[in-house]
Amino acid sequence: MNPINLQDYLVVSALLFCIGLLGVIVRRNILVIYMSLELMLNAANLALAAFSRFNNNLDGQIIVLFVITVAAAEVALGLALIVALYRRRQTTHVEDLATMKL
Amino acid sequence: MYDPLPWMVLFLPLLAAAVITLFTQKNPRFSAVLSVGAVVISFLLSLNLFCNSMALTSIFAIGPFSLPPEDISVSWLKVGHLSIHFGMHFDSLSLLMLLIVTGVGSAIHIYSIGYMKGDPGESRFFAELSLFTFAMLGVVLSDNFMEMFIFWELVGLCSYLLIGFWYERASAADAAKKAFLTNRLGDFGFFTGILLVWAVTGTLNFAGAHTQMINNPELFDTAATWVGLLIFCGAVGKSAQFPLHVWLPDAMEGPTPVSALIHAATMVAAGVYMLCRVFFIFNPSALNVIAFIGGFTALMSALVACQQDDIKRILAYSTLSQLGYMVMAVGLSHPPAAMFHLATHAFFKALLFLGAGSVIHAVSQEQNIWKMGRLREKMPVTYWTFLAATLAICGCPFFSGFYSKDAILSAAYNGSLDSLLSKNFLLSADYNGILKSAYNGSMTAFAVGILVAFLTTFYMFRLFFVVFLGKAKSELSDRAHESPKVMTWPLMVLAVGAVFGGFFGIEQFIAPQFGERAPEIFAPLEPFRTAPVPAFLGVAAFAVGLWLACHFYYRAESDPLPARLRSLCRILRHKFYFDEMYASLIAMTQDLVASFADGFDIFLQWLVRFVQGTTELTGRGLRLVQTGSLQTYTFLFAAGIALALYLMLLR
Repeated sequence: MNPINLQDYLVVSALLFCIGLLGVIVRRNILVIYMSLELMLNAANLALAAFSRFNNNLDGQIIVLFVITVAAAEVALGLALIVALYRRRQTTHVEDLATMKL
Repeated sequence: MYDPLPWMVLFLPLLAAAVITLFTQKNPRFSAVLSVGAVVISFLLSLNLFCNSMALTSIFAIGPFSLPPEDISVSWLKVGHLSIHFGMHFDSLSLLMLLIVTGVGSAIHIYSIGYMKGDPGESRFFAELSLFTFAMLGVVLSDNFMEMFIFWELVGLCSYLLIGFWYERASAADAAKKAFLTNRLGDFGFFTGILLVWAVTGTLNFAGAHTQMINNPELFDTAATWVGLLIFCGAVGKSAQFPLHVWLPDAMEGPTPVSALIHAATMVAAGVYMLCRVFFIFNPSALNVIAFIGGFTALMSALVACQQDDIKRILAYSTLSQLGYMVMAVGLSHPPAAMFHLATHAFFKALLFLGAGSVIHAVSQEQNIWKMGRLREKMPVTYWTFLAATLAICGCPFFSGFYSKDAILSAAYNGSLDSLLSKNFLLSADYNGILKSAYNGSMTAFAVGILVAFLTTFYMFRLFFVVFLGKAKSELSDRAHESPKVMTWPLMVLAVGAVFGGFFGIEQFIAPQFGERAPEIFAPLEPFRTAPVPAFLGVAAFAVGLWLACHFYYRAESDPLPARLRSLCRILRHKFYFDEMYASLIAMTQDLVASFADGFDIFLQWLVRFVQGTTELTGRGLRLVQTGSLQTYTFLFAAGIALALYLMLLR
């Protein structure tokens, strides 16, 4: 059994990212889309942490910490927006929110 | 320190114009006094200059003319290699012109006091008259091309202002525009010529260019004819030669003193004066063209004058005809004769116009000669002075016009080969050919000259008989009265000049400057002795013309000629259809340009429509992409990134 190397981490990260992306694209509920978005963010975090670990460089981990912090703030903001949206439209389905169409 | 005298001659009229415009608009009488004062003082000062030059040289002396009044020149502009001076050049030519402009000008200024009395724009009139005098003096005195051109344009401007003096009348405004635009055409050529002269000689100074021409007659090489003709263009415009002659008859819309001053005595003479001033620049082929144009203009306008009914228009065409004479004389390389005729013409033509003005004044602004008649008893002074001027212009022996016209005719008759020889041109070219063509050319010119002399007598006496003799043809001429003294006095003064102008030795005064010999002793019968053929033929032309005019018009009620020569008269009445021709030519050009512009416009419309259509189509296509669904955008975004990654990493 080989030890876990960088490539494995990156594959996991890419898978996570793709799952997240797929979720963003295909799901209809805006809350689920939001969660998928977080998944993509964490895929990036995972890649960063892995690079940091295998390159013996702490910069990546620091960035991860920053990302987590900013993501927390972002979550708060995003959820607030979604709540506001729901109050106004009584729906969380993206098909009902296509007002950007001409 | 400069002598202030010449400066005063030049700038006094400008000062008067400025003061009138700025301060005395409300007081026309005072304006008139200022304007007249300025020009009269100018005249006295030029007389003084003239006498100064006389003191050291005799007019009748043959040989180089030494010049007491110093040439004055101050540097005015320096641009690169071009330095323009503001100078005054005094020689017999400019002194003579100075006297004519200020002398005849003074008489006309004084006359204007009476003629313009009560006109609402009287102050403006005198300001413009003074400004004109200033401009004309500038042309006369300038010692380089640039300065002359500036004053030349100023003369054109004043002419515009004065022709359009009664600008409320549409015809006057149109005439002013026509004069201005026609002159622009000529001036464009003139300026191009000046630029060429500068390009070749590197100097704009008359004297400098002349010296270079003497040192190297081939200086202009192949361009010589072009330079000459371009410069001549200026004279064609200003002196109203064919084909730019159309403005002068229309210019009669201005007040009559303006017609007298500008369109008879001085401004139109500027063209001839300029030709004499830069005579050194013309080569034989340019001179041939000049002589041809002059002769053609003289003949054509004399013919037209025979069938005009407006008293001022007849005089205008006679001016054209006489100017044609002068230009022809220059073209025959005989400038002194041209200047001589210019001088005498200034007197008798100013007199004719002022006389016509007096008549028009008397018959309540009527200008049709067939509504006048029998003015002889009503206005004796005008009658006698007009008779003197008519005899002078017709070349009646012992009147001034006879001598000056004879000078031109004999110049044509003798072919002026001497002066051609003296210009060194013949030495380098085919001697016999030029000799022969010059002879043929001058014989034609001589024939034209005689014919024009005959026509001049005919139409002038037609005018004279119809206006002053015969029956009164309308009640207007019954009620006519003699003009006030302020108008008749200038007439009498000018009449003296018109009668005796031939005896002052003007040609002898000018001739030495052009290296020519003029008869040393001047006697009234001299022309008959030295050159009997032109003199006797001239007199014969006068006699025949007088007899014919007498025959047709002595007691005529209406013009008998149109009934006899119908088609010819119709053409002459319409002035050879030049105006119509030019109008249709301009209309044609405009149509052409307009249809071209129209085509281009259609092309542009298509172009614009194409651009607009493409944009709109693209827009419509792209609109389909915008679904409004976030997830489609995301998908496209992701697909785009995937594509980019594929292209960057895997290819």
